[in-house]
Order: sequence, then structure tokens, then C-alpha cells
Amino acid sequence: MPDLLIELFSEEIPARMQARARDDLKKRVTDGLVEAGLTYAGAHALSTPRRLVLAVEGLTGESKAVREERKGPAVGAPEKAVEGFLRATGLTLDQLEVRDDKKGQAWFAVIEKPGRKASGIVAEVLEGAIRTFPWPKSMRWGAGSLRWVRPLHSILCILSDEHGAEVVPLDVDGLKAGATTRGHRFLAPNTFSVTSFEDYAAKLKRAFVMLDPAERAEHIWHDATNAAFAAGLEVVEDKGLLTEVAGLVEWPVVLMGRIGEDFLGLPPEVLQTSMKEHQKFFSCRNPKTGRIEGFITVANTETADHGATILKGNQKVLSARLSDAKFFWENDLRTVAQVGMKGMAAGLEHVTFHNKLGSQMDRVKRIAALAREIAPLVGAKPDLAEEAAEICKADLQSAMVGEFPELQGIMGVYYARAAGHDDGVPEACKAHYQPMGPSDEVPTEPVSVAVALADKIDTLCGFWAVPDEPTGSKDPFALRRAALGIIRLILGNELRIRLATGRENVSSDTIGPGELSPFEFAYLSHLDLDQPNRLRATYWETRDFQKLIGRASTDPYNKYCKQTLRGFEKGNRVHDLLAFFHDRLKVHLRDEGIRHDVIDACLAMPGNDDLTLLVKRAEALSAFLKTDDGENLIQGFKRANNILTQAEEKDGVEYSYGADPKFAEDEAERTLFAALDKAEAEIAPAMEAEDFAAAMSGMAKLRAPIDAFFEAVQVNTDNAVVRRNRLNLLSRIRTICLSVADLTKLEG
Amino acid sequence: MTPTAPRSFQEIILRLQSYWAGKGCAILQPYDMEVGAGTFHPATTLRSLGARPWAAAYVQPSRRPTDGRYGENPNRLQHYYQYQVLIKPSPPDLQELYLGSLAAIGIDAALHDIRFVEDDWESPTLGAWGLGWEVWCDGMEVSQFTYFQQVGGHDCHPVSGELTYGLERLAMYVLGVDHVMEMPFNDPAAPIPLSYGDIFRQTEEEYSRWNFDQADTDMLLKHFEDAEAECERILAAAPEDKAGRRIVMAHPAYDQCIKASHLFNLLDARGVISVTERQAYIGRVRALAKKCADAFVTTEAGGAAA
Repeated sequence: MPDLLIELFSEEIPARMQARARDDLKKRVTDGLVEAGLTYAGAHALSTPRRLVLAVEGLTGESKAVREERKGPAVGAPEKAVEGFLRATGLTLDQLEVRDDKKGQAWFAVIEKPGRKASGIVAEVLEGAIRTFPWPKSMRWGAGSLRWVRPLHSILCILSDEHGAEVVPLDVDGLKAGATTRGHRFLAPNTFSVTSFEDYAAKLKRAFVMLDPAERAEHIWHDATNAAFAAGLEVVEDKGLLTEVAGLVEWPVVLMGRIGEDFLGLPPEVLQTSMKEHQKFFSCRNPKTGRIEGFITVANTETADHGATILKGNQKVLSARLSDAKFFWENDLRTVAQVGMKGMAAGLEHVTFHNKLGSQMDRVKRIAALAREIAPLVGAKPDLAEEAAEICKADLQSAMVGEFPELQGIMGVYYARAAGHDDGVPEACKAHYQPMGPSDEVPTEPVSVAVALADKIDTLCGFWAVPDEPTGSKDPFALRRAALGIIRLILGNELRIRLATGRENVSSDTIGPGELSPFEFAYLSHLDLDQPNRLRATYWETRDFQKLIGRASTDPYNKYCKQTLRGFEKGNRVHDLLAFFHDRLKVHLRDEGIRHDVIDACLAMPGNDDLTLLVKRAEALSAFLKTDDGENLIQGFKRANNILTQAEEKDGVEYSYGADPKFAEDEAERTLFAALDKAEAEIAPAMEAEDFAAAMSGMAKLRAPIDAFFEAVQVNTDNAVVRRNRLNLLSRIRTICLSVADLTKLEG
Repeated sequence: MTPTAPRSFQEIILRLQSYWAGKGCAILQPYDMEVGAGTFHPATTLRSLGARPWAAAYVQPSRRPTDGRYGENPNRLQHYYQYQVLIKPSPPDLQELYLGSLAAIGIDAALHDIRFVEDDWESPTLGAWGLGWEVWCDGMEVSQFTYFQQVGGHDCHPVSGELTYGLERLAMYVLGVDHVMEMPFNDPAAPIPLSYGDIFRQTEEEYSRWNFDQADTDMLLKHFEDAEAECERILAAAPEDKAGRRIVMAHPAYDQCIKASHLFNLLDARGVISVTERQAYIGRVRALAKKCADAFVTTEAGGAAA
């Protein structure tokens, strides 16, 4: 049983691609070997920045011979058919056999595939893997046409057993496989040959290459924590950075340095971001002060001066970077001290958000007005929500965020505090961007929630107003993420907001204050941008949208608003927007294990723009369907509904009224009447209280009577009176069941 | 062999020149037009196209109007120098050749930590991209190393290897200088020692003011449109001249493309281009670059069969 060792030696492989490349190499090669009839005991893939390695243990030495028989056309079949069969089998006519078949005589082919040596199979499989390797980005080099992530320099490929090692005969565009490799680029650049994986790993170690990425990461973490500990500090854990750094070095040498005294006053996020993004340094915290006071850098080499020159150079680069950061920090603090957050934000006027949606400042104003509207619905003070919204994007104009975009929001919190804001306002600078993704935290502080909702609703309604909504896989403005953010904010805080429906009476002459839904409000404030200056100016002067639209019906502004909203409704834009939400909600709930047809059944009910209500209903229905009663009741309902629908179609009438127990002939029928009375009495108040679980358990009690009814009674009897009565009885089942959710939407 | 340390900015340039000359590169002179980077030199952009082998190295003064800081910032300049090497096809030992050039300017690999960190290069204005790294020396980016895959919308066959050194930054590190203006330009022991600031502080100020406040944007815009029109006109001309000779004017057209690109940079520095317009302008320059590349590959230097 030989062992196989493969090393693909190239110029530096990007750190972020190494993990997947290891998996791909292992999978493609081992799959290929197995497909060709070999088996193996185990395989593991390793990598360094310059090499991708696969070791396969206990490979079978050769594949088994395979014999295959295929039946061809009948003897005497047209020549074309026989030719085709010969082509398919790769045989000649004299190699075929004639055998007796049920219908006469037929040609038979016997194809014998002899067993193959492992080396030939490995060569074929590896060449295939190299030529079709799924790098996220690959390139050509020199005059060749082979593709690899960076120029591929050598291939080591040997099969070794107790008798020694054998080089696999492989030539990929002139790169011949061999048994040699080389060590560290600077510390051991000479080539050497190897005879097995153990020999390879041991010689590499002597040549300053630590082959296993996990070992490098462990080594880095061990030395880093030790170095930090010796200096009275602790390393700030960062798994992503550790993996990346381990993918940048073959011979990790940890060096620790101190951050200059001048920079210790910078916010920890600034120090960490600058060090990580620009230099891939780990941060070291002083556990006593909580400040970031040191850094760890990982070099790829040992030097005679024990890294002194390297550390000095890194320290110098860091100082230059942090001098910039400090300059930005002090400048920004001076700005907010002089002109406040609003002053800092002033430049947003000149930053285009979207060519049809105005500047960032226009957007901030809209968000502020909307946050005011939403505030009471989430338990925040309108003044605070408005204040927070007005300053939440100010830090986009700060020098620091200009340099480090990833610090947006975080700097806002510092600067807002420095400018004297309080009461949950500074925190909203960061939290209003949240949740950033499906796993990010959902804000719960009311001011933050109000601004976070306003920000996302404004974005969505804006792109619907323009319109520039996402199509297919294209979503350049991350509107799906915004919708999911709104959904999570609402569900996470159990908010009761009718997103789309504000007014009960759409056609009334005047829109009164408080009669706009968040969608309508946001939509109106966008379309305002296209309107005559006078209207626009009035709006932005007073900034009180509600007051404006609440004015007399003769007011041109009110008229305009009404027209717009009618357009919004007529063009089905509100509907589309809500449907977009519902799609997002389905994805979200599917991840939580709720079936899409269950959601559809709930979406068909009124109030479906109240997401908390919608989800409560869906959760209750989902739980109900998992019970035995639930599942059977649905079948009973469907049966009732089918019979009823067919009868209604046939008779051209609706059976929905006047079922009377006095026409009941059977005991089961009378029991059902009683059960329906009882269920109605139970379900109606439960629905009123939005207690869907109770409503459904009331419904569950109908299961037995309904089953018994269908068992005992035939609905479509010859007696017309009895039949009509029974159909009307079925209608009661339908009505009761549909009051909970549209069960017709359920599958199965 | 431990190389001696260079003493001035110009010595670093001279050492790079003789190193790459020694490795067989033609040492070219800077292109005589305003460009944003050494890549714009036709010796890189156009010569990376087609099948004919090529090896050139040169210094290219480069202008990035938005980076001007009135000469105050320790390492930001609106006018600076790049050292550029382009070899086609990329030789298998290009990394070693490159490391040799660092040794030549006094960076000893036995004492420093030299690393190749992923950094893919893309030039939206040139319709070009390649894969490679930024090279770090002790945590500082000292060069850009790229294998060109596509230029002007054409696949590069064979592939060129491109090296770009940011000369000021590299020299500051080698010479141990903290502010670019304090860097010795010639030998500090020369009878008349000159610092980088002696030569460029005033011009940085003057150009910063002009770039940011004074440049006439209407005029720049007009010039942009003129350059664009001229580029297209040149390329639309019949390939045969009046004497019946086939002369495709790829280079004169490309000059206009370079001009348009620089004018766009100036307009950008003046802050008159919005985010959305930006993309449109870049697209217009790219369209020119592509047409120039299309024209170049039909010429002899572009590898077309004579």
C-alpha cells in the first residue's frame, strides 16, 4: 500500500484562498482516485504561502480489472446501427460475439478493462485537478497558457512504500513532476529531494518551513500571548486575523512592540483598525487600564539581530500611520467642539447619495422627519430620535472615517459624546446601521431603534419611488439587507407597526396628522424632491410634514400629497414594496424552520403589514401543523372545502348561511353542530386577543367531530333540503378555519 | 555580499537603472506627457499587448492632483516618481530578479522581512487588470508586482510582468528619512547639497493651489472633450495615408487618451465631478484606451503579421 505525496510549489498564494484550496485539492484528487478504482486509508491537505500539499496514505497499488458486457443490435440490423455500436464500444466487428437472445441473435461486446497502476491514475487525476482547479481568480504567466493562482514553479509527486519512492510520471505544460522541493525563500533556498511525507515534513522543518497552517497559527498565538504576558499585556483575540497571518508566513517569528505614548489616547477601535487593516498587527491590551498599548507583528524570517531591524521598521510604519490617525482624531474633535455634530455634517450637502434621491443631507433630513414619526411607535422621545437622526451620519464627513471607512458609526459615538449629546443619542450613530447582516445584533435602545428603522425605510421607499428596486441577482444598494434589517428590528423588539397602511379611509379629502404609515411618509418625502420649489421649500422650512399635510383640503400641498399617495397605491408600488418585504420575511422564517406555505397562509390574512402579528400567526400555525390534530384537521378542512367549492361551482350559488341543526339526520351531524358552536365561542375572543395558539387549539377540537361527520354522513344526498343544510354546515367549517389563516394555501 | 547603503534619492534611482540595465532591460526615458502612473507610458500600456518580446525599465514622473498637500504632508505629493519595469513574457525568476533589485539599493534580505501580500491590480481607466502582490519590507509597502492579464480589453499573450516602485517612499525608508522634503536628492556631501524639498516644496505648493482652487474647470472640460474627439478622429482615419502607406496612428491616438485621463484627474481634484459622473468619465477614458489598444494590435509593434 503506497503513500502518495503531492506538493504544488508556486509563488505566494493569497492567504484568504488557502483554506478552500486545501479542501479542493483533497476532494478533487481523492474523488478522482476513487472514481478510477483506487481506495485509500486517509488523506490530509496542508498549505503554506508557497505550497499546496496533499498526503494520501494507504493507497491501493493498482485498480482492479473490470469486465463489462454490452448488448448491441440484432444480427442483421441495419449497418448504421452496427457501426454506431462499434463506435460506442471502440471495438471492431470481428471482436463482437453473436449470442442467442430472446428475439433471435444479437451482437454482444465484451469490454475488458485491465487493472491500472496507481502511478498512471495519479498522474491523470492530478493533471486534471491542476488544469481545472477552482481558484476564485487564476492567471496565466510567461508565454504559457496554464492557469494557476500565481505562477506554478514545480510539482512534487511521489508514491512511496517500504521499497522506496517512485516519481509519478506527469508533465503539465512542461512542468515535470519530481521528488524535489525547496525550503524557505531566504533561509534555505536550495532544493532537496524527499522520499516520503515524513521525510518531506522533517526536511522542511529543518529548512525553516512549518507546513501545517494550524501549527503555524498555534505557534503564533502561543508566542504572541507569551510575549504580551511578559510585558504585562494581553493579546486581543482575532481568529480571522490569526488565520490570515498564518497564511502569510512559512516560518512565523513573533515580535512585540509598544505603541508610542503619543498615541495611547486614541480610541481603541482606531488603534485596532489601523493596525489590523494596514499592517495585520494584533493589538495588545493592558488589562489594568483597558487601553491598547502594544502590538504583535509576525515576521516570516529569523535574522542575526533577532528581528530588531524588522521591528524598528514596523514601528516606524506604525508611527506614520498613527500620526495620521491622531491628526484626524484631533482635527475631528476640534471640529465638533467648534461647530458641533451638525456643523461636521454640513458637508453632506455636497455628497451625492443617488442622482435621483438627492444628497446625503437630503437623506438625513428625511430620516430625521421619519424618525420623529416612528419614535412614539417604538417608545422613544420624538425630539431625541430627531436629534439622533440629524447627527447620525455626521462622521461620514470626519477625517477619520474618510481614512477608515470601517469606523463609520463608531467614530460618530465618540464625536457625539464629545459634542455634548446624551440620552441614547450618541449610541444611535453606530446602532442605526445595525443589524448589518443576518448575524449582527439588533439594537434595542428606543432612540437607536427609531433611527435604524427610519434609515432603512427611507432607503427602501426611496428606491421604490425612483424607481430603482433590485432585479434578479442585482442589488447594488443592498435593499434586501435593509428589508431584512427592518424585519429583524421589528420582530426583535416585538414592535407593532402597520408599515404600509396608515389611513382607514383612503379616499377622504384630507390626510390628517398621524394618518400616514411609515412607508407612505417615506414615499411622500421622496417624491417631494421632484416637486415645484415652493412646495419643497415649505416642507423643508417647517420640517413638520404632518402639519403640512393636515392642512385644509384646498391646500395645494395636501392635494399634491394625496395625488401622490393615490399614485403610490394605484401603481401597486406599496403592494410591490410589501411583497418585497414578504419575500425577505419568508427567507428569514425559512431559516427558522417555518415552511413557506405556512407563511403564505398567514400572508393572505388582513394586517399582513404588521410583521409581529404575521409572525405570531405563522409560528402558531407552524406549531399546530406539527401536532396530530392539526395535520388531520387540515385534511378535514380541505375535504370540506373541496366538496363545498365543487357544489358552489355546480349550483352557481354560495352556501354560506342558515345551517340548521333541526335538519340534522345523523348523530355525527348534530355533534358537529355543537362542536362548531363551541369552537366559534372559543376562537373569536382568542383571535380578538391575538392569541393564535388558543384559537388553533379551539380549532383542533373540531378534528374528531369533522372526521366522524365525514365517516357517517354523505353530503350530496338526494334530499335537496338536507344537502343544502349540510353544505351550509361545511361553510361554517370553512369560515371558522379561514378566520385563523388561509388554510387553502397549505400544501399536501 | 552586503551592499553599501545609498546616500541619496538619485543614487537609488541610478542603482535601479544600472541593475535593470544589467538584467537586459532597455532603459527608457520618462514619457513626455502628464500621467497618473508609470503604467500609462506607452512602453507599458501598448507594449504589453501583442506577442513581441519586450523588456524596458524607466523612471516616470507621475501626477495625482488629488494627492497634493501643499508640500506639508511627510509622504503625500501631487507629483512624484515611479520606477517601472516591464518584461514580456514574464521570466520565471521575476521574483528573484526583483529581490535582487532591492539588494542593489541596500535592502539586505538577511536583516529585513520581505513579503508578497495579495494585491490585485486593476485600472478601470485602462481597461486593464492583473494579479500579483504588494511587496512589504518590514511592514511597509515598497512595490507593486503584477502579472498583466488584460490591457485595453485585450488578453495579454504572452503575459507581461510589471514592477512598480514608489520611489519617494522606498527611498525614504532606505535612507531613514521621515519627511519627504528632508530627503537628500543628491549626495549630502556634494558641494551644493540639495534636498527633495529644495527642488519640489515650492512646486508642490503652487500645483496644490492650482489643482484645488484655480484650474479653469470649463476649460478643462472642453479640453477633455477635445482630446476625446481627437483620439476618435485619429483612429477613424483610413489606415492608408495619401501615399498609400499603411500607417495606423495608434500612438498619437493614445496620447490623446492619456491627455483625457489627466484632465479627468484635474477635474476630479477640483471637486466638480459627482460620484455618478465619475463612473461615466472613467468609462469614456476606458473606451478610448480600448480603441487605442485595438489599433495598436494591428500594427507591427503590436505583433500583427507584417
